[in-house]
Amino acid sequence: MPSATRVRWAVIAVTSAALVATGCSSSSSSGSGSSGGGTVRAWWGDPQNPLEPANTNEVNGGAVMNMIFAGLIQYDPKTSAASNANADSITSSDQQNWTVTLKPGWKFSDGTPVTASSYVNAWNYGALSTNKQVNASFFQYIQGYNDVAPASGSPTAQTMSGLKVVNDNTFTVALTQKFTTWPQTLGYNAYYPLPASFFSNHAAYLNKPVGDGPYMIQSYTRSQQMQLVPNPDYSGSNKPKNGGINLVVYTDPNAAYSDLQSGALDVDNTLSNTAIKTLAGGPSGGRFLNTPAGIIQTISFPLYQPQWSTANAKLVRQGISMAIDRDTIVKNIFTNTRTSATDWTSPVLGANGFKAGLCGDLCTYNPTMAKQLIQQGGGIPGGQLTISYNADGPHKDWVDATCNSINTVLGNNNACVGNPIGTFADFRNQITSQKMTGPFRTGWQMDYPLIQDFMQPVYTTGGSSNDSHYNNPQFDSQVNTANAAPDAATSVTDFQTAEKMLVTDVPAIPLWYQNGTVAWSSHVSNVMLDPFSVPVYTEITVS
Amino acid sequence: MGRYVLRRLLQMIPVFIGTTFLIFVMVHALGDPVNALFGDRAPDPAVAAQIRAQYNLNDPLWLQYVKYMGKLFQWDFGTTFSGQTVTSQLAAAYPVTLKLTAVAFTIEVVFGIGLGLLSGLRRGRIADNSVLILTLVVISIPTFVTGYVLQYLVGVKWGILPATVGFDVTFQSLLLPGIVLASVSLAYVARLTRTTVAENTKADYVRTAVAKGLPRHRVVINHLLRNSLIPVVTFLGTDLGALMGGALVTERIFNIHGVGYTLYQGIVRQSTNTVVGFVTILVIIFLLANLLVDLLYAVLDPRIRYA
Repeated sequence: MPSATRVRWAVIAVTSAALVATGCSSSSSSGSGSSGGGTVRAWWGDPQNPLEPANTNEVNGGAVMNMIFAGLIQYDPKTSAASNANADSITSSDQQNWTVTLKPGWKFSDGTPVTASSYVNAWNYGALSTNKQVNASFFQYIQGYNDVAPASGSPTAQTMSGLKVVNDNTFTVALTQKFTTWPQTLGYNAYYPLPASFFSNHAAYLNKPVGDGPYMIQSYTRSQQMQLVPNPDYSGSNKPKNGGINLVVYTDPNAAYSDLQSGALDVDNTLSNTAIKTLAGGPSGGRFLNTPAGIIQTISFPLYQPQWSTANAKLVRQGISMAIDRDTIVKNIFTNTRTSATDWTSPVLGANGFKAGLCGDLCTYNPTMAKQLIQQGGGIPGGQLTISYNADGPHKDWVDATCNSINTVLGNNNACVGNPIGTFADFRNQITSQKMTGPFRTGWQMDYPLIQDFMQPVYTTGGSSNDSHYNNPQFDSQVNTANAAPDAATSVTDFQTAEKMLVTDVPAIPLWYQNGTVAWSSHVSNVMLDPFSVPVYTEITVS
Repeated sequence: MGRYVLRRLLQMIPVFIGTTFLIFVMVHALGDPVNALFGDRAPDPAVAAQIRAQYNLNDPLWLQYVKYMGKLFQWDFGTTFSGQTVTSQLAAAYPVTLKLTAVAFTIEVVFGIGLGLLSGLRRGRIADNSVLILTLVVISIPTFVTGYVLQYLVGVKWGILPATVGFDVTFQSLLLPGIVLASVSLAYVARLTRTTVAENTKADYVRTAVAKGLPRHRVVINHLLRNSLIPVVTFLGTDLGALMGGALVTERIFNIHGVGYTLYQGIVRQSTNTVVGFVTILVIIFLLANLLVDLLYAVLDPRIRYA
């Protein structure tokens, strides 16, 4: 289709705004990027929680947080390397008591200065259990967390004793344990600073959040769209290269793809499988990217069930892992938008902890060895393997394919079946209340690009996402050693030593690393995805 | 008439309480929604307890329902987990759906009755047969197929109309989803009209009207059509409710943030407040639409009287 037609209809759709639905008129410049406004129209999903930094734990809210906030640390979108953003320095002599100094002169987009108190107040707010912030557990390493968020009952303190403001640009943080790579975790959105208006007029703040990042919110209609423009007060290094971002909430990935094709949308990072198949075939004109993200998919085992905790069951778990033909599934089911996993982290970590092939033979398809190990371990406990998954997500195809692979290896068509569970909520309820009797799908999306994030929450005893309830004192103490290491490089090696214990214990089988995919219109260029599979909005240029 | 309406309105009260309670129970049967808020991470027990307390999730089900209804009568529909009030969701979604319904309903009435009349008057001829074949085709193709095909052809390939609706709801953008939404009902309306028109052309009063020497258009419109519309109006009345609540498929295909989609999101996120709030309004619309249909009978057929 000629591009002239596309533009004409896009413009008509915008200018005939006489019939605006909700009366919230926003006829400013939405979609008029083609006439030189320089605005990027991008796909968006409705955030699950209110737009507060410590209450945002999914990718849609996270995308906005990264645009309107700048924290102490930022991550390079290509290498994942952490560098100072608002922080001037974060130092410690004992890896436990940290001093944070800020670059002076930073401002929120409402004109108020970013000070040490902006951080300390924000963190105290995020941790206090009565504020109901879903990211509260990110502050658990700070001294006094158990007083503001006791496991039961009301908080006994309003602020954490480990946080102290020294002066406008300096504050200190006392942790409960040694944590060498702690500064590198601070790019996560839970650690962003908050302006005074957040506390003084909270309801108004939520309607139009204010931050210190490269963009600021011009208008926000909940569950519909958000218009962002460059923040003139932003002092960091990621200055926007476009005139603004218009985030549009879509009801369905196919609807967004239709808009992308008809020229009504510029950046689409939730492509359906069919769209990816078409785009990978070539007609995208190079405007399609399929790149690794910090997400690993695994199958976890309920090690709290007696039949799965025996020494024999360990052999069975190893056998099952070898019975999965990852490469074929990745190619046929996922159109190469996954990469077969060879460790328990993610390739985006790079030097921060990824080690290709760490999993070794365990993650290599080997039918004979697999069958032998499963038989040696006394066969599958209960005679049949059921892999549980939430049916409201796109999991049926690969679970069936995985079972197929296992069935073929064992020469038994009923050795493995999928077990769909209606909703994600119900699925998670059964996992956290330890009601699983067989393996279940688990996925881990990193919060910050560090091997620590792939190990500590997921595999240490009592870890917040230790769904298989893996309990290995050696692993736990090795994680502590790694956290107390004198420097980041040693810490990474120590974590990899811990990770190697997973090869024999197999609390979870690594399946594949997930990629992020994005397609864009001819109207924009320089589109890339960061390690969190979010478009790097600041870098997008409009032609 | 007045007493009849009053009686009907009073009957709505038990229906209203019954349906809302059933919906309330059904959403709760899906289980605890709090865990899902934390994604793949086990919830912090302190925070999860606070959230459960905020949404009364620790109370027994009947008490939760009583608390909910108590607030409802003060026009407080509660909030979603994202902190948005359900009243603002209603205010955003219903106007969009009303516009879509208006477009679809107009298409359905004008073309459904028009085509039905045409084929009813010309029974057995080419016009009749082509309408029958056309409606058969439309009825047998699922909505999502028509939706995606029309969207691709009209919206993407030829670029005649916008492919999706989105934030700025314009008449042009609603035309395509309106046609898709109306298509199946349109076919039913056409077939229904055709049958009754065909039957009534042989009726005595039509022959009398022709014998009186009335002009043909008056015979058709005032005598034939008016009497033939009673079953059609019954269908249209129930269909109005279905169009408002059941437009989920069309709304998703064309990116319309209307009632069907918001309801679907509410179910996926297990936001009881959203689901019950939207269904409550839908139930009221259904009941009122049915009342309106019953009253319309009297207008169409003078023999029907409500005491």
